[in-house]
Amino acid sequence: MAAAVEKITNNGIANPSSGETNLRWVGTRATRPDGVDKVTGRAKFGADAYLPNMLYGKVLRSPHAHARIKSIDVSKALEFPGVKAAITRDDFPDQPEGAVQPAGEMVINYRDMTRNIMAREKALYEGHAVAAVAAVNERVARKALSLIEVEYETLPHVIDVDDAMKPGAPLVREDLISEGVEPTPKKPSNIAKRVEFGHGDLDKGFGQADVIVERSFKTMPVHQGYIEPHACLASFSEDGQAELWCSTQGHYVARGHCARLLQMDVSKLRVTSSEIGGGFGGKTVVYLEPLALALSRKACKPVKMVMTREEVFRASGPTSGSSMDVRIGATNDGTITAGEAILRFQAGAFGGSPVPAAAQCAFAPYNLQNVRTIGFDVLCNRPKVAAYRAPGAPLGEYAVESVIDELAKKLNMDPIEFRLKNAAKEGVDSSYGPKFGPIGCIDTLEAAQTHDHYLSSLKPGQGRGVASGYWFNIGGQTSATLNLSEDGSVALVVGTPDIGGTRASLSMMAAEALGIELDKVRPLVGDTSALGYNMLTGGSRVTFAGGIAVHGAAEDMIEQLRARAAATWDIPIEDVEWNQGHAVAANGYAGQEEPLALLDIAKDMAKSGGPIVGRCSTNAQGAVPSFGCHIVDVEVDKDTGRVSVVRYTVIQDAGKAVHPSYVEGQYQGGAVQGIGWALNEEYIYDENGKVENPGFLDYRIPVCSDVPMIDTVIVEVPNPNHPYGVRGVGETPLVPPLAAISNAVENAIGIRFSQLPMSPPRVLAAIESAS
Amino acid sequence: MARIVLTGNLRLYTKGVTELELESGSVRSLLRDLRRRFPDIPEDIEDELAVSIDGTLHQDDWFAKIEPDSEVHLLPRIAGG
Repeated sequence: MAAAVEKITNNGIANPSSGETNLRWVGTRATRPDGVDKVTGRAKFGADAYLPNMLYGKVLRSPHAHARIKSIDVSKALEFPGVKAAITRDDFPDQPEGAVQPAGEMVINYRDMTRNIMAREKALYEGHAVAAVAAVNERVARKALSLIEVEYETLPHVIDVDDAMKPGAPLVREDLISEGVEPTPKKPSNIAKRVEFGHGDLDKGFGQADVIVERSFKTMPVHQGYIEPHACLASFSEDGQAELWCSTQGHYVARGHCARLLQMDVSKLRVTSSEIGGGFGGKTVVYLEPLALALSRKACKPVKMVMTREEVFRASGPTSGSSMDVRIGATNDGTITAGEAILRFQAGAFGGSPVPAAAQCAFAPYNLQNVRTIGFDVLCNRPKVAAYRAPGAPLGEYAVESVIDELAKKLNMDPIEFRLKNAAKEGVDSSYGPKFGPIGCIDTLEAAQTHDHYLSSLKPGQGRGVASGYWFNIGGQTSATLNLSEDGSVALVVGTPDIGGTRASLSMMAAEALGIELDKVRPLVGDTSALGYNMLTGGSRVTFAGGIAVHGAAEDMIEQLRARAAATWDIPIEDVEWNQGHAVAANGYAGQEEPLALLDIAKDMAKSGGPIVGRCSTNAQGAVPSFGCHIVDVEVDKDTGRVSVVRYTVIQDAGKAVHPSYVEGQYQGGAVQGIGWALNEEYIYDENGKVENPGFLDYRIPVCSDVPMIDTVIVEVPNPNHPYGVRGVGETPLVPPLAAISNAVENAIGIRFSQLPMSPPRVLAAIESAS
Repeated sequence: MARIVLTGNLRLYTKGVTELELESGSVRSLLRDLRRRFPDIPEDIEDELAVSIDGTLHQDDWFAKIEPDSEVHLLPRIAGG
């Protein structure tokens, strides 16, 4: 394995240890195809869609964290001049119990989704949509909202996960019986599900330990913090067909959700994804889209809806707050003998927190004989959580990596050496079951250990922390088409919204496979009528799965190009090879014909058989995980409690970095989001369960002045299941920062925090308490 | 015979059995065999599963081949962000 490993540092210098490769485009820092549109303002985001005579939709949201809805009267709103339509729960047919089906990457409970997009029996969180209107302009729409009469019966609410699990806690759902608990409980509770993973004998493992560290952790809920709010434009025609333009991570998935919620044929809804100003998992679900479609259907006019920032915070997918207990034991020589974690995650108002994934990932960087993780998915009066980069993993691994750090300290071992001694590697069972194939866990740790950052001295008052991280990565349904033009240029159509540079990476793989110049490939994201089904952009899957689809489409096109050349030369296709963008006569015909370039075949394709289109639709399998290791240095201002990150290095296995600059951007972005999660970001609720900080002034995500230049090292341990070795890189970078920063703070001031964020007031209080 | 390991909450449908040997040939056959052996397993369980065959992850892949000496883990379906 070691011979295939490469490392790329972000000064652009490659240090290959695997010898020469023949790749021309893959692995280069090519000009991004969306760059000019983005810097000139031409790029159209969700709110940039307009249609003649369109209306503006607005949502009336619950002012209560938990309330029964006794009545809704929209009649006065409808009488107001300029108001064209109003919708409530009555406009969305209820879904039966058990209306659960796979959609995209998840199994969706449509009964819950119907209630999440528009409250039915109860408003389950502050900001829950209760009604919506469409009017000739936003001012009129806002006025109309004030005319809607809703009679509520307020109910006790619960926000905190530990509070929600207590006997006697207010019930978010009065009929919820926990899954995964034996025997099946007779009484309802807020615990939607219990999950358990692991193997071995915990008692035996802890019995063998010389040192055991056991700690409890708590993290506050955070939002994905995408800059572009949710936005869409819907146009329903009188014949029952509709079009939707929206900012989404998956327009095919959005189409399926909306069609189900509005009970229409999927094929009658055409969805076009806009450029997307961030998603991070939060745009894998629908909020406004079905409302805009329902309003448009009623008004017979296009309806545009855009969330305010406040609405984004109050009503769209945050991630879980958590409460976690971790216990790890090790022998004096640094061998971990047992690990146990109990994770409790807020799910929001409907079940489905990422606690199962967190439970699987928590110990994944380690080779453990005895391990168990238990997770609880817990309802509370918050919006239903949505995915957030490596959903769940940053939390579980924060708790485990914090205890690992403390254990290393107790054993007097270097934290990286301790991790290396226990690291997951090829051929060993993962903590959640399957045996690992080729993985880069050890490679990333070794790269960290020898990195200049780790070897450098700290200044007085500074502290250094490290942490490992893991994410699975996934594949899934993906389609791609390559359309050959008469001048030899190629239009690449994919069906996955481009969030992290996938138009660049996919076109590079297309050019590589076809053997043509990169600037001859024009990539675009097609609408839902352009291609077969595409799962959404998420799970770090697009460069992996899209790469397989694009490579397949190129092979399909090459087959056709070889056939045209063979027919032109009147020789068997088996005697035509495709080499560097040319059809070449081979075998017994070698040298007898002048090679035909792609352009030569393209300009005569009408005469040789018609259009040449390479297609591939696949359900990509064989995704493999990505490991990372982060190093961070911090300074703590003991007068204010402010933690400053002064140096940060991300080291991660990419499999193959198709476009290293984009991969580095993913690494850096994940680290920055982790810095925010660790140091500042948190929802603050008042005693009534209302969010007190629904804006970027009070919910503080990091800005440029908060972070240093994030150094990166791309480790490349190729994925054997991908034509170019791609693993997927988008999610793992957010996994290690929480623990790495917490470990650095401990190293700086000798106080280990067990609660996130380590915001200035919390840090100052801890310093004062310690002194 | 392939070694089949049931992780997560699957043991709740199998009276606590978490490991067994089966000769199923494919993911679809395996799921059928498991349901035949453990009727409590819900019919639509496959929608909520990922299947790891010799360490390679498969989701929604009925015809993925399971060799007689394969090691197969049934896991919760994996969704990312």
